[in-house]
Amino acid sequence: MQEEVLRALVEDVRTGREDRRAFVARLAALGISAPLASLLLASAGVAQTQPAPYKPTRRGGGGPLKLLFWQGPTLLNPHFGIGAKDQEGAALFYEPLARYDPDGNLVPVLAAEIPSRPNGGIAADGRSTTWKLKKGVRWHDGRVFTADDVVFNFNYATDVATAATTFAQYEGIAAATRIDAETVRFEFQKPTPLWHRSAAVALVPKHLFEAFGGTRSRDSPTNLRPVGTGPYRFVEFKPGDLLRGEINRDYHAANRPHFDTVELKGGGDATSAARAVLQTGEYDFAWNLQVEDEVLTRMEASRKGRVVACPSGDVEVIQVNHADPWVEVDGERSSPKSRHPILSDGAVREALTLLLDRKSIQGFVYGRAGVATPNFLNNPARLNSPNIKDEFSIERANAVLDAAGWKRGADGVRAKDGRKLKLLFQTSINSVRQKVQNIYKQSCAKAGVEVELKGVTAAVFFSSDLANPDTYGKFLADLQMYAVAGRPPDPAVFMQWFVSWQATGKANKWQGVNRGRWRNDDYDRLFRASEVELDPVKRTALLIAMNDLICREHAIIPVVYRPSMYGLARQLVAPLSGWDSALSSIAEWYAEA
Amino acid sequence: MGPYLLRRLLTVLPAVLGISVVLFTVLALAPGDPFAEMALNPNVPPEVQENLRKQFGLDDPVWQRYFRWLFAMLQGDWGFSFISRVNVDTLIWQRLPVTLAVIGASQVLALLIALPVGIYSAARPYSWFDRIASTLAFIGFSLPTFFTGLLLILLFSIKLDWLPFVYRADLSATGWEWWSQQLKQSIMPITVLGLFQAAGWTRYVRSATLDVIRLDYVTTARSKGLKERAVILKHVARNAMIPVVTLVALTMPQIFGGAVITEQIFRVPGIGSLLIDAIQRNDTPVVMAVTFVSACLVILFNLIADILYGWLDPRISYR
Repeated sequence: MQEEVLRALVEDVRTGREDRRAFVARLAALGISAPLASLLLASAGVAQTQPAPYKPTRRGGGGPLKLLFWQGPTLLNPHFGIGAKDQEGAALFYEPLARYDPDGNLVPVLAAEIPSRPNGGIAADGRSTTWKLKKGVRWHDGRVFTADDVVFNFNYATDVATAATTFAQYEGIAAATRIDAETVRFEFQKPTPLWHRSAAVALVPKHLFEAFGGTRSRDSPTNLRPVGTGPYRFVEFKPGDLLRGEINRDYHAANRPHFDTVELKGGGDATSAARAVLQTGEYDFAWNLQVEDEVLTRMEASRKGRVVACPSGDVEVIQVNHADPWVEVDGERSSPKSRHPILSDGAVREALTLLLDRKSIQGFVYGRAGVATPNFLNNPARLNSPNIKDEFSIERANAVLDAAGWKRGADGVRAKDGRKLKLLFQTSINSVRQKVQNIYKQSCAKAGVEVELKGVTAAVFFSSDLANPDTYGKFLADLQMYAVAGRPPDPAVFMQWFVSWQATGKANKWQGVNRGRWRNDDYDRLFRASEVELDPVKRTALLIAMNDLICREHAIIPVVYRPSMYGLARQLVAPLSGWDSALSSIAEWYAEA
Repeated sequence: MGPYLLRRLLTVLPAVLGISVVLFTVLALAPGDPFAEMALNPNVPPEVQENLRKQFGLDDPVWQRYFRWLFAMLQGDWGFSFISRVNVDTLIWQRLPVTLAVIGASQVLALLIALPVGIYSAARPYSWFDRIASTLAFIGFSLPTFFTGLLLILLFSIKLDWLPFVYRADLSATGWEWWSQQLKQSIMPITVLGLFQAAGWTRYVRSATLDVIRLDYVTTARSKGLKERAVILKHVARNAMIPVVTLVALTMPQIFGGAVITEQIFRVPGIGSLLIDAIQRNDTPVVMAVTFVSACLVILFNLIADILYGWLDPRISYR
């Protein structure tokens, strides 16, 4: 999509000719996440959508709120969180400067307002942002929340010895400075369009963590007894099992929170968690229901609760190996220096994309939990074409392969120059993924492509163990499938997956994120340009151009979008956002009478 | 007795050391690492993982890590969990009461069923009672706990809505209300575990009693005109119990180890669920501690069983 078209579209929304939601959906189709689309509108001065009204007229009185997580949090320091479950646990007590609402808008929490060009929060040269903090916010122990706390969090997380997992969210920030007690400025190393990445870091109090920075970070007693600014105060914590909180009577937002106590129970499995909310009503909320949709629908028939699917940035993809996994080059297989003997042929990659029956995968495997979308990383020209539903076509795949000189042998498997079209397809063990693998294998067989399937235990597949050959980082196979999780607020995080300097291999101890080892000079140039492009419209246009390139080259095969699935009791009202942790909006939750 | 005990204790030491070496090596060689979950989060760069690995000493050679662990253990430091960064002993202490209560109660239930049913069956072999008891026992130990657990949940929680199926370690209620809630949530896990254990033990008690009941001294006791009740309880049961004691003593360490599957189904926060979580997340210090303590308990209860023999059967002497 061209810059001018994009500008015209933004203008259409501003003047009210196009619906805001439609705009966000249109950009989502181009691989642009809702948070970025919303920022684009905000920068053009388009007013935000009004949030759903919060009905309770007084604080408390809602009784207990019971949350069921099949994986309980094990850490409560938001800077140590290993997975999503830990961010959820911390979100009961700690709050960030701003969070993302269901539409991807940034909503101030501890900030008084979201920085923008008009309010002077974003510097014209893109080298700094200034945050005004909300007044009258107190930590649970009564101390006042100030700019010093914000500065401290930056220093704490960016100290390498602390080993904070929030480290990358502060990437590119050179310094955090206190302007006055209620104003903080972040200065970037270079003009940075992605200025809001650090906004979602939940903040911890300086006065309790100051003595425990760096290598002493593990010793802080506050790690296990959080003192935050959030709507609930800490009561009790048993790692992996139980977390309890009680209402914070001094909470900084009026009439919030609604519930008097909150209890988060962990452990068990996702299916029975869904059952406890949807069928027996023992709990009010079940987190991350990775359960087959058919099962969920059957449970919903009891009418005790409902399932909510929140659009998010999580995408299930089939990654194509562009390096050769079968020959050792410089002492490693899948060396970034090598080229895949079969998959370097663009025709094969195109055929492989055509052979993925996304509609069936959504219909029979994922249901609501995976929305088939051929649009992500897709060609805008095609997007506008009426043939978009015909993405899956065995005939076309056959035609493409025939044209490229891959001839069928006696056994029905195609071959070219004596090399058989035979691929090894690996993924982690998970019933849903194995079903998708089988669907794919069958349609490939119809086009003369033999696919051998391999399943690796998730603990091994996703590990960073350098000695193990079965990890997704080593990628000693031709194709592999997994999901990109973690709700990146901006596609730039994704886009790093395709830059040549991130190609993973022995040289960087397999730490690069470009696991497909794809290389393209045009792409690298576009990426470099997008990193410093301050005009949001131009930057979005660049990102879309990068998507185009990936698509045209079939560098990767997206399968489905994966919305976050939650189970809610019938009366519970919760503005859940797929762009942030589920409990980031916990202060806004209430039960309808 | 004294020298015997000393000798036994001395042989225990190398055994414990050997076990710790084997456990540690196996865990160190097992694939996977504790920070795998981070790898999927694009907000966490690989350097953070690398840094954590270094900080937690995961990149050192296995033997170095083993000796570090051993010396720390000798000083009473169990290490800390990679996942929650909490000391391992704290984690275990948090889970121990629930484990002892639930698993302990289920073992007691199993004994209360197995002993009378087994002995009565043996006293009247091939009677109707014996046949029914045997059939039920066979059904009992051929049905896995994950199956009976789900059946009970379906029946009592979903269809009848009588009992909760999520076990909560801290109930907010007090007094009688607490006891009633505790009872309600414990019934299903205890029944599932207790009946499964009882089924096996019943068969064992029955056969042990049958072996004894045919002996000549029992006939003598009967011909002396002793009441059947006295014959069975005083003469048969005591001798029949010797093999049963070994069996029961050797299952006692399980009380500590917890019941992984049942705990998972009912979300009982016991040691079993701690162990399985730790295994899934490659949290080596926790896995090491739990398995090591279990191994030590097996050794300890073996010793206790041997000592109990002497008390039950004075013919056995310790040299």
